[in-house]
Amino acid sequence: MTGLDAHLPALQVVVPLLIAPLVILLRPRGLAWAAATAASLMAFAIAVQLTAGVLGGHEYRYALGGWPAPYGIELMVDSFSALLLLIVTGASTLSLMAGKASLEREIETRRQPLFYSAWLLALAGLAGILVAADAFNIFVFMEISSLASYVLVAGGPDRRALPAVFKYLVMGTIGATFYLIGVGLVYMMTGTLNLADMELRIHEVADQKPILVAAGFITVGLALKAAVFPLHVWLPNAYTYAPHAVTVFFAACATKVALYVLLRFDFVVFQQNLAGHEVQFAAFLMPLAVLAILVGSAVAMFESNLKRLLAYSSVAQIGYILLGASMVSVLGLSASLLHMFNHALAKGALFLAVLCLALRVTSLDLRQLAGAARQMPWTMGALVLGGLSLIGVPGTAGFISKWYLVSASLNEGALGVLLVAVIVIGSLMALVYIWRIVETAWFQAPAEGAATLTEAPLPVLLVTWSVALGNLWFGLAPALPLRLSAAAAESLLQHLP
Amino acid sequence: MELLGLYHYWVFVVLLMTGFYAVVAKANLIKKLIGVSLFQSAVFLLYITMSKVTGGTAPIVLPGMVDPVFSNPLPQVLILTAIVVGISTTALGLGIVVRIKEEYGTTEEHEIQEIDRR
Repeated sequence: MTGLDAHLPALQVVVPLLIAPLVILLRPRGLAWAAATAASLMAFAIAVQLTAGVLGGHEYRYALGGWPAPYGIELMVDSFSALLLLIVTGASTLSLMAGKASLEREIETRRQPLFYSAWLLALAGLAGILVAADAFNIFVFMEISSLASYVLVAGGPDRRALPAVFKYLVMGTIGATFYLIGVGLVYMMTGTLNLADMELRIHEVADQKPILVAAGFITVGLALKAAVFPLHVWLPNAYTYAPHAVTVFFAACATKVALYVLLRFDFVVFQQNLAGHEVQFAAFLMPLAVLAILVGSAVAMFESNLKRLLAYSSVAQIGYILLGASMVSVLGLSASLLHMFNHALAKGALFLAVLCLALRVTSLDLRQLAGAARQMPWTMGALVLGGLSLIGVPGTAGFISKWYLVSASLNEGALGVLLVAVIVIGSLMALVYIWRIVETAWFQAPAEGAATLTEAPLPVLLVTWSVALGNLWFGLAPALPLRLSAAAAESLLQHLP
Repeated sequence: MELLGLYHYWVFVVLLMTGFYAVVAKANLIKKLIGVSLFQSAVFLLYITMSKVTGGTAPIVLPGMVDPVFSNPLPQVLILTAIVVGISTTALGLGIVVRIKEEYGTTEEHEIQEIDRR
């Protein structure tokens, strides 16, 4: 722990945050993209370094400006934050690497430096949420990332993105403000904002009403940000009409970061202090998780726009993540965290394949994609691989987390059997909607007079396939995410009675 | 009497719900944004009132002070940040409304949906 290593938690945020304004100055074509990708790659390298440290049994605590916690601002990286830092920085880097051609086409040349700057701000905000150890800094970083992501989603040429982003902005702001009310009430009762300090002090006032109200506000506000059913209505349109590279980035990580805050707040601060918290948490969120899985998958089965189909599938996948967490057991929570990682891989591969397709076809409507696989076999191959992982076919990453989810459910007694049924039905519905894509793309004849398509450019395909093969890799050798998620679940639930 | 004594909380709740109602019930996008602004301002008031200590003054140490009582400055600093966030959100929201007006020629929600359905 010498030199630079101690400063890594701060650098994780500072690097993209400082490079963001500099990117605006890079006018010549392609330079802004190169700088943004380099910054994102650097953030990824820092995240890898932090993960290595965390796996070595170290927990990073960083007192900003040398002021000790709880009076100063503290940054903290443990296995939970390291897992999500890997997802966030990895998703940003890969989608930037693959997205150059696509973004060049979708964003006006003049505005590109500004766009990449907003991208880095979103990355800095998301990373900031993950390293911050106090409630108010989480709020500030959440707003930085949200404001930047509104800009990113609205950046594309499709005008339908504008009403979608307006809805996203209004709902996102309400969610964040709910969170702020909750934090205010907790501060009023405890006089502290540092999460670790809050955990100790809340004990004396845990039976008072403001704390209960705060728990409600924080949970609902963050559920809104995380697009938990039925608060998901902003998500499908925002994902559908955003520039394709942005969809890859956000589908892989944005809602998971809100879930991270939700889990951290509920399990670290409230769990061991509020009487019966785990029962209330489960009773509130488990039905929503089940509904998200069933309704999200059902809507996806009948959706004909490819991107919107995958967006509804995301709503269902958030359900799986929440289902594992709502069991409030170490096994369930680690399955849920593992699914965060594996879903990022699967959805990343799927949306990257969509990005490849969008470079060649004009419409992403399923009917227009008839026979596309004959002309773009590599693109569609990656899409199928991502789809198999989403369904949870053995040998892919998705199977590992579904397996852990099922075995965690079976520990829940009679209720567990029902949960297993829900997971199986959800996976079958995933099979149906992925099969619809496969059937159209591989087995239907192209429409009369359809233009001949060529395979997507090689660099984009390479990135897409590396993510698709990542699904196989982490399906066969899941040691890294397994270790991280198990360690995170244990540290979150260490006080469980 | 106790209910009236907590009047600042009533102001907070009424303002919060007024803003929330505008967001949900109004079809005009600008009115929705006004609602969002009200909603946020209500939370600012919640923070500011909690920092007040009866008989407290501004937390500045002056020579010759005997047992001074200070108001808590921390919530005020927090809210300064939150106000900046609120202003940026409103500005960005209005920017989006301008773009919507340019593209759709209207700021009424149902008319936009009507145009998209065509």
